[in-house]
Amino acid sequence: MADILLHLIQGFAIAFEPLNLLLIILGCTIGLFIGAMPGLGSVNGVAILLPLTFLVPPTGAIIFLAAIYYGAMYGGAISSIMLGIPGASTAVATTFDGRPLAKLGMADKALTAAALASFVGGTISVVLFTFVAPPLAHVALRFGAPEEFSLMMLAFATFVGLGGDDIPKTIFSIAIGLVFAAVGLDIISGEPRLVFGDIPGFMHGINFLVLAIGIYGIGEMLWTVEENYKAGGKSMMSDAVITVQRTISNLKELLSTWKTALMGSFLGYFVGILPAAGATPGSLMAYGIAKQISKEPDKFGKGAVDGVVAPEAANNAASTGSMLPMLTLGIPGSPTTAILLGGMVIWGLEPGPRLFTDHADFVWGLIASLYAANLFAVIINIAFIPAFIWVLKLPFTLLAPIIFVLCIIGGYAPTQDMHDVWLMIAFGIVGYLMRKLDYPLAPAVLAIVLGPLAEPAMRQSLLISGGEFSIFFTRPFSAPIMIAALILLALPLLKPLLRLVNGKKAKA
Amino acid sequence: MRKAEFVMAVVMGIFSLYLMWKSAELPVGWISGEGPGGGAWPFWLSAIMAICCVMILVNWYRRKSPPSQSDEVFMDRGTTIAVGLVAGSLIVTVALFYVIGVYGALPLFMIFYVRYLGKHSWPVTAVMATVTPVATFFFFDIALKITLPKGLPIVEETVFFPLYKIFL
Repeated sequence: MADILLHLIQGFAIAFEPLNLLLIILGCTIGLFIGAMPGLGSVNGVAILLPLTFLVPPTGAIIFLAAIYYGAMYGGAISSIMLGIPGASTAVATTFDGRPLAKLGMADKALTAAALASFVGGTISVVLFTFVAPPLAHVALRFGAPEEFSLMMLAFATFVGLGGDDIPKTIFSIAIGLVFAAVGLDIISGEPRLVFGDIPGFMHGINFLVLAIGIYGIGEMLWTVEENYKAGGKSMMSDAVITVQRTISNLKELLSTWKTALMGSFLGYFVGILPAAGATPGSLMAYGIAKQISKEPDKFGKGAVDGVVAPEAANNAASTGSMLPMLTLGIPGSPTTAILLGGMVIWGLEPGPRLFTDHADFVWGLIASLYAANLFAVIINIAFIPAFIWVLKLPFTLLAPIIFVLCIIGGYAPTQDMHDVWLMIAFGIVGYLMRKLDYPLAPAVLAIVLGPLAEPAMRQSLLISGGEFSIFFTRPFSAPIMIAALILLALPLLKPLLRLVNGKKAKA
Repeated sequence: MRKAEFVMAVVMGIFSLYLMWKSAELPVGWISGEGPGGGAWPFWLSAIMAICCVMILVNWYRRKSPPSQSDEVFMDRGTTIAVGLVAGSLIVTVALFYVIGVYGALPLFMIFYVRYLGKHSWPVTAVMATVTPVATFFFFDIALKITLPKGLPIVEETVFFPLYKIFL
């Protein structure tokens, strides 16, 4: 315990270095803007801006990206409330009551509630994180290749069992991501593998950023182009009246929502740890529970403040939750953390439990920066609400070309190879078409990041066991994880069976 | 939508088979003393992809997935033009990198997007078309020392050599 506090104090010393502090503030602000733009969320921001972080040292880079992650969680609420369009998928549940509140002329109340709930959610989850992460990492230090592989299987299985998307399409997405990760030189034999058409560009493999920027940058923007075309450029902006007096009375009223905020925070944190779940389902679940436990469930959907507080507390808590498996086990808890994990590999840090011992500065600097990021995000958010509302009025045709340019240059920068730029555009266009057909793409991004870690883990395990797959089921840590993964994989198959059995019972 | 679902599954199915064939260039079986061959991992994953495509087609035939039930047009004319223009302009821009370089292509892309797609005024267009490449140059070429493509050698020699002298 004292150990943890000591580390945390050292972490704060790192987070408050002038450069890092500046990066936190800059990251929060950029994150708020990105979150507020309809269509773009944390994952897009982190994917598109990661190449820019080559300018600063790794600790500064991850602090900056984590601050964007946080800021975007706050910012998503702004367009949900003002436009009725979720600023990011994580803020969908915020529209349910945020939009009605805005229509009733209480947009300021909804915005303040969202910001404060985000702060509560973020802070509670960071505290939980601080005390859970070190012991978890300590246990994980004993993990070998079989445990690592089982954990990755579990991560993928959550998409199949809990993702809620079309099952064959989900598995396809995971598999294609893993295959793309295998392109390049075979890690064990050193022979070139899957070098399509003998193009030399494939020899160095497919960088995860190429796929991530393709899908979350180019693909997402094409998607938005289509949405904008269909909407005909119309948007319905609510008015917000903001005065100091109103803000104070809003704050007083918000005190009564503390129970909802606590519920959302804890729920979001635990849901966030699961790779397939994360902030979007976490916030939807929190909304549902808030409605169930409310004394006035009828008010939900018509402008209940609790209906804004619950999902906003949950999505911020979930974003912290998703960092727990990333830092302690090397398994990302969300697409955004998958990209952060890929970034760590670029910066030369090996993800996993050894980070806590080998790179304590990095880990604790990041954790301390999360405390600071929360504080700055809430202050910047509330102080500059009018500025973020102004962002929503910016025409898409001015923002879009800038984002496209960032994508193209960002795709070029890591390897400085035009091959990657073409590949990224191809991924963007194909990804856009696949998304239209309900193919989930997040699993592919997670898979291309985990692929280079999963394959050696499996091959080493099989080498240890001499080819016996039973190794995954006989070791004390690996067995329960692998069994949980298999249960999740089987879940979609079991559901129709259960329905069949229940149906027969009902008939009998 | 229904047709698109079918075409996508077939195309991805063929792609999966290609990946399997390509993976098989390396041993896909067990090598004694070494473990699974270098091609095994991608080979079996591609096989899973192919199976998934078959399942998607089965669902398509039985009209189980939402896109296979929808009679909506996958891409109507207007959407195709709107998205096609943007995607096309990106491809042209990147192709121009080889000839006139990033700093020749970016202003053209900005002019096309802001003026012709966005219908903004010329002054706004001019600001966007100048600020974007200048900011990019200072961030990537100068601060990060990542040299972006300058196009044909003649472009680099005449325009950028003097600039490097000043800033690098």
